[in-house]
Amino acid sequence: MAQFTEERLAKVKEIIARYPDGKQKSALLPVLHLAQEQFGWLSSETMDYVAGLLQIEPIEVYEVATFYSMYNLKPVGKYMFEVCQTGPCMVRGSEDIIEYIKQKLGIKVGETTADGLFTLKTVECLGACGYAPMMQLGKHYREHLTKEKVDAIIEECRRNAAANN
Amino acid sequence: MFIHIDNKTYTVKAGKNLLEACLTLDLDLPYFCWHPAMGSVGACRQCAVKVYKDENDMKGRLVMSCMETVTEGLRLSIEDKTAKAFREQVIEWLMTNHPHDCPVCDEGGACHLQDMTVMTGHDYRRYNYKKRTYTNQYLGPLINHEMNRCIQCYRCVRYYRDYAGGDDLNVFAAHNHVYFGREKDGVLQSPFSGNLSEVCPTGVFTDKTLKEHYTRKWDLTMAPSVCNHCSVGCNTIAAERYGQLRCMLNRYNGDVNGYFLCDRGRFGYEFVNSENRIKQALIRSRTNEAATESEIMEHVQSLISMSKVVGIGSPRASLESNFALMQLVGKENFYQGISEDEAHLNRLVVEMLRSGCVHSVSLKEIEQADAVLIIGEDIWNTAPMMALAVRQAVVKTAASQASQEIKIPVWLDSAIKELAQEEKGFLATLTIATSPIDDIATHSWHAAPDDLARLGFAIASYLQPGKIVNTDFSEALLDKAKKIGDALKKAKNPVVITGTSCYNDNVIKAAFDVAVALNTGERKTSFSCVMTECNSMGLAMMGSPSFSVANENIKTNGHATAVILENDVYKHIPSANADEFFNSCDHVIVLDALHNATTEKAQVLLPAATFADGDGTLVNNEGRAQRFFQVIPNTTSQVQESWRWLKKLQTLKLHTLNGHALHPDDLLREMETALPQFEGITNVSPKHDFTIHGEKIPREPHRYSGRTAILANKNVSEPKPFNDGDSPLSFTMEGYKGTPPSGVVPFFWSPGWNSVQSVNKYQEETNGALRGGNPGLQLFKNKSDARDLFFNDVPESFVVAKDRWLLLPKYDALGSGELSSYTAALKTLSPQPFASMSTGSLQALNAKDGDMLQIVDAGIMYGSLPVKADENVCDGVVLVTAGLRESMGMSWGTRVQIKK
Repeated sequence: MAQFTEERLAKVKEIIARYPDGKQKSALLPVLHLAQEQFGWLSSETMDYVAGLLQIEPIEVYEVATFYSMYNLKPVGKYMFEVCQTGPCMVRGSEDIIEYIKQKLGIKVGETTADGLFTLKTVECLGACGYAPMMQLGKHYREHLTKEKVDAIIEECRRNAAANN
Repeated sequence: MFIHIDNKTYTVKAGKNLLEACLTLDLDLPYFCWHPAMGSVGACRQCAVKVYKDENDMKGRLVMSCMETVTEGLRLSIEDKTAKAFREQVIEWLMTNHPHDCPVCDEGGACHLQDMTVMTGHDYRRYNYKKRTYTNQYLGPLINHEMNRCIQCYRCVRYYRDYAGGDDLNVFAAHNHVYFGREKDGVLQSPFSGNLSEVCPTGVFTDKTLKEHYTRKWDLTMAPSVCNHCSVGCNTIAAERYGQLRCMLNRYNGDVNGYFLCDRGRFGYEFVNSENRIKQALIRSRTNEAATESEIMEHVQSLISMSKVVGIGSPRASLESNFALMQLVGKENFYQGISEDEAHLNRLVVEMLRSGCVHSVSLKEIEQADAVLIIGEDIWNTAPMMALAVRQAVVKTAASQASQEIKIPVWLDSAIKELAQEEKGFLATLTIATSPIDDIATHSWHAAPDDLARLGFAIASYLQPGKIVNTDFSEALLDKAKKIGDALKKAKNPVVITGTSCYNDNVIKAAFDVAVALNTGERKTSFSCVMTECNSMGLAMMGSPSFSVANENIKTNGHATAVILENDVYKHIPSANADEFFNSCDHVIVLDALHNATTEKAQVLLPAATFADGDGTLVNNEGRAQRFFQVIPNTTSQVQESWRWLKKLQTLKLHTLNGHALHPDDLLREMETALPQFEGITNVSPKHDFTIHGEKIPREPHRYSGRTAILANKNVSEPKPFNDGDSPLSFTMEGYKGTPPSGVVPFFWSPGWNSVQSVNKYQEETNGALRGGNPGLQLFKNKSDARDLFFNDVPESFVVAKDRWLLLPKYDALGSGELSSYTAALKTLSPQPFASMSTGSLQALNAKDGDMLQIVDAGIMYGSLPVKADENVCDGVVLVTAGLRESMGMSWGTRVQIKK
């Protein structure tokens, strides 16, 4: 079974040590983030593994992981387009952008392309209404989206993916 | 204090919330997430009302009535337009995803969601979008799961996790895709899971056993009943249709079970419908065994007049039946159908409670205890509802005490939880082996019974130095005693619980001495001793000798006819001794409801009624006499209450005229005269001729359907209803429609309140007594023979013998129960028989985990059992599963040999 790398395991221990004895459960959120960083998504095996590390019941991990939309409970693509669909972005045409991405990649919201590169997800306000319509890609915001910009972003991702292989 | 509701003035009790106040005043106000036993969280927004600053305030503000405390002169409106519109809108939202599948839903007709929807007036669906759907889970043979119906009130997890301490049901995800279930398919692990079917306000969690033979609530014939499956005596409602018992529902009793039942109690009913029932009287000496009643009478007359007749009573038969047997055979020939070891313990418990030195505690009072000491009894498995009560004491009491200091009302659930955090009330469990209740215990200690008793006496000695003489306690023991003693001293309402399942009188005496030593000054100490069967206490109070004495007498005197009342002797007595008894008897007459090893020995077998096809009275371990009523009308089969059979036999024996009027009331009156310890027993329930405005109380709701068609395959004319001359209840839908006296409430229903939530209309106040007082009669109130009692009987420490092991029973919350084990659903959850021993003991035997072992006692060989290694069993002890369908009587509490 997949396990944390040495480096991440040290980090997990450091996080757990922040909390009093018997309260290891408090470390659950950051440890799940670490797990998602390493494994890409949270499978039930991964969640059971985390439960073991924190000495809690698996059901307690599932309860938390299913609550938050930013934990991926299914495999996701290498690049995740999180397109904002809240009011201001919608007024500025986010619906068209979402539709365009769907067509361009041949997937629906929540799906991943067959090559495992892209996942499309819609999200609520990311606090960048001044730059609407926008989406989050990894750790960066992509703003003032147009169809052309979307094309460029997809191209960029494909190039990066090819270069890294 | 006074409050004004819709411009009318009412008097209400301080400290209540507005919702409780309105419900207590009999006003209708809808709610979902609030539950009387679990308090308020203000989550569903359904109970909104308007509150006004003063009489000049025309605007008011919306508040959630479950979250606000009543204050003097408060003005509120239920009928306000905005409040009404708000409540209607809330339910419209809740219903957007609800499948509206009432016609195929088990909850339909007894559904809180239906009731509340009608109450708010929401009747038209405006939401045109797709409903979210879920995959359901398999939750075991007891509970059905249908998540699409969920309205996210969170009651299930609040009950299952917070109230009952389960950890395998939880809530997942968020927003409109919240999911209540297990981490994956599987049997719910809590022995209190059945209550989900009543806690859930709609059809997400329903009774799966009812599904097997489904009937709508309005089509059920229902009667007040009392659980048969342990000594606690929870109140139940038994429900029948087409001559079959369909389900058991909780019957609120503010002093006993409150709103809940354990799974053994709720699902253990199906033995009544089982293939194993005795429906036909038999005379075994004939080629054609089946006999009519007159043939039986003729045959039995010669048997009971020819020779001496001895009666073997039963701890699971009613008082009436036991007493009728005593009358038939004479007091000197009546014996308790249990071993001398058990009878001795039961006598001791009666003596203790009769002494009046300590208070005999009810379940409700256990819930309110601020410290609990359990010595020797695994109550989780022998009296599950008592364990649930202890859990409330431990988890809630600390919190509610703290809350009083900062003036948070006790019903404000989430605030109280935040306040309490991990803090718990004091619980010490001193038992033979670990039990699930240990997880909330402050101290747990597992040792042999004599050592548990020694710790008990050491605690008593610490509490009142000098009262215990001959104290040669070790330092370690004194240290434990000090810790526990100090915690008990701090308590105002401590409870000491023990039980007979250690088969050790020192354990019970030690527990009693602790209770007496604690009972000083302002401190009110309560005491409870768990017994084995539903009427163990009633039988013990009759004060007759045990089966062992009967066996000796028969062996010496010979030539006797034995009448065995509802008792599988082989379950109470080692089979060799039982065989010896039956071999010494000339004739054996057995009355029972299920075929078993004893009925095999019967030359004459009479079909006895169960709790569902007869009336009777049981006394629970607290000393509370409670009446149960027939729910299955008996028109064709020979099944009748044992007391009725026995009275008929008595009439034969005395050559008096047959057929005179006979009711449980008559029997109890005769019993009161013959056995003064049962003084007052005739008042346990309204008499058989009790009516209100000349009307009996109907067992059927007024919407009962199909009665003109039910028997149309036999006769198109509607038959006359079965006449019940024994009780104030009738087998019809006609009769008194108001609230009957609390002891004869056959079901809870009120206009607009079809679900179990209608119980609020029957209570004096939320969580209070039923109107007119909770049913049941405490028999230990009579203080005329009160006396000081203190045992001071410190045993020697337990010494592990080289080749002998102390044999003790291990009960199972679901699997144990002589009758309930004949219920298919519970049988599948029952463990297979096994023995468990410490690894030390196994090494001494040169055996390992999984080996088959044979237990030998004084030449008696018991069947082979697989052995499990259990670190928590102390050396020198062997625990053997008890009360399972396969279990047989063993010489519990003695040292036995074990062979590989």
